Amino acid sequence: MVPCALPLSVGVGFKPQHYDGLTETPGPLGFIEIHAENYMGDGGLPHAMLERLRSRFALSIHGVGLSIGGAGPLDQAHLQRLKTLCDRYRPESFSEHLAWSTHEGSYLNDLLPLPYTEETLRHIIRHIDEVQSILNRQMLLENPSTYVRFDESTIPETEFLKTIAERTGCGLLLDINNVFVSSTNHALDPRAYLEAFPLHHVVEIHVGGHTEDADDEGALLLIDAHGSATADPVWTLYAETLTKTGPVATLVEWDNDVPLWPVLRAEVERADAILTPSRAQHAA
Amino acid sequence: MHQAFQSRFAHDLLAPTRPTTSKRFAVYRNNVFVSLVEALKARFPAVQNAVGPNFFEALARDYAAANAPTSPLMTQYGDSFPDFIESFPPLADFPWMADLARVECAITQSYHAADKTPLGPEAFATIAPDDIAQLRFTLHPALNLVVSRFPIATLWQMNSGQAEPAPLDDAPAETALIHRPHFTVSVQAISAAGGTFLNALQAGQTLDEATEKAMDRDAAFDITAHLRLIITEGLFTAFTFNRSPQ
Repeated sequence: MVPCALPLSVGVGFKPQHYDGLTETPGPLGFIEIHAENYMGDGGLPHAMLERLRSRFALSIHGVGLSIGGAGPLDQAHLQRLKTLCDRYRPESFSEHLAWSTHEGSYLNDLLPLPYTEETLRHIIRHIDEVQSILNRQMLLENPSTYVRFDESTIPETEFLKTIAERTGCGLLLDINNVFVSSTNHALDPRAYLEAFPLHHVVEIHVGGHTEDADDEGALLLIDAHGSATADPVWTLYAETLTKTGPVATLVEWDNDVPLWPVLRAEVERADAILTPSRAQHAA
Repeated sequence: MHQAFQSRFAHDLLAPTRPTTSKRFAVYRNNVFVSLVEALKARFPAVQNAVGPNFFEALARDYAAANAPTSPLMTQYGDSFPDFIESFPPLADFPWMADLARVECAITQSYHAADKTPLGPEAFATIAPDDIAQLRFTLHPALNLVVSRFPIATLWQMNSGQAEPAPLDDAPAETALIHRPHFTVSVQAISAAGGTFLNALQAGQTLDEATEKAMDRDAAFDITAHLRLIITEGLFTAFTFNRSPQ
């Protein structure tokens, strides 16, 4: 099984409109991340761009459509498409989400939440074993942002992820914005969540932007919108986490209302300014 | 239990008229519908231009509520949108709208189609004149045709900022030729007979057979001009002589 091997640098979610800016003035950029489902056509410009980028940057393939938490079996056709993509580009990492999105043939195009029980735990472990065996590579599993919780849940999310990583050998993708969003939405302390998180399984970190809303009772409800700069409290949690983990490959996500490249590059530089000292300290 | 839970959740999610249990649950429903409408906006910009953004939003939401994606490949979402438009009563006065959507479906297909280097004029130099009638072409995988009763390529151009809007009352029917020899997809108008001709070639018929079909459609069909089109636009990638198509 090929292990995840992302460089300990900052990456960015690639958008085609950034191709020129990103290749001409990459700044400290060390890797790019793509959504697997956008590169499942046979040919054309998407693959031509990706091939050129791939020859220059490390690559993370991030799936959004496999529905690992789905109650039904994994979509074998989709799994084969992922395998074709991974075999073609040999990415440094492949990752997916602790969520579900497909149900009885309908694809709901969102990362939906699931209760954390012994039943769902066994189910997800089986799915991850299957993915890793078919792709012949270690995958990373990302913690979700959630807006609801379930009375049925009997296992804390951090323990759920820890058990999955231990039993399957998968790595974890720690999305710090998701930690902040979910913790705020459920009136919990994000530092307590991170304290309980199995940090030694973390091989990639995500940071990104959220928006503020309110629930029916007027309580603050954060939405994981990926449409703005990363918020200050998320940067603080990121810096605190690195002091415990040491340097970790870090991705800046900005998927909606995508800004011009210099704005996004400034976010990459902000992450790099936190990651570089961590790397230096670790090397010392 | 897991299965039953997800059935309930998915069912509630896809029922936009059902009152939500909470604003928190509504975040998921909103994410689903907004993302599906955005996917349709990205794939059907000319239809959106033709009907206006507010109408399109309502049209796309109606479509999404009745047609959840069946695949995680959102670049293919909306393959049945043209048929939905065709039977959407508020658009009954715009019978060409479904064909406009068909052109946009074909554009996505062309954009993502396999890469193949088209053959150029030099490939013809090797063919003996007597063999030409029995040629069968393998057309490029990015080549798509939308046959229409309306001046559909012109309508697409007018709704894509590539031509000034103008009245089309007496304009002849067009077949839209959608193609991408390299990376940029082009949409151009060909005559109905030209559409018949290319359709026949695409189906594996010989040049002779395709020409005959085109001339049945229009006795003035210009074979030389269409052969030139095939060559200069890079529409074919291989040919054989009077054998089954490859």
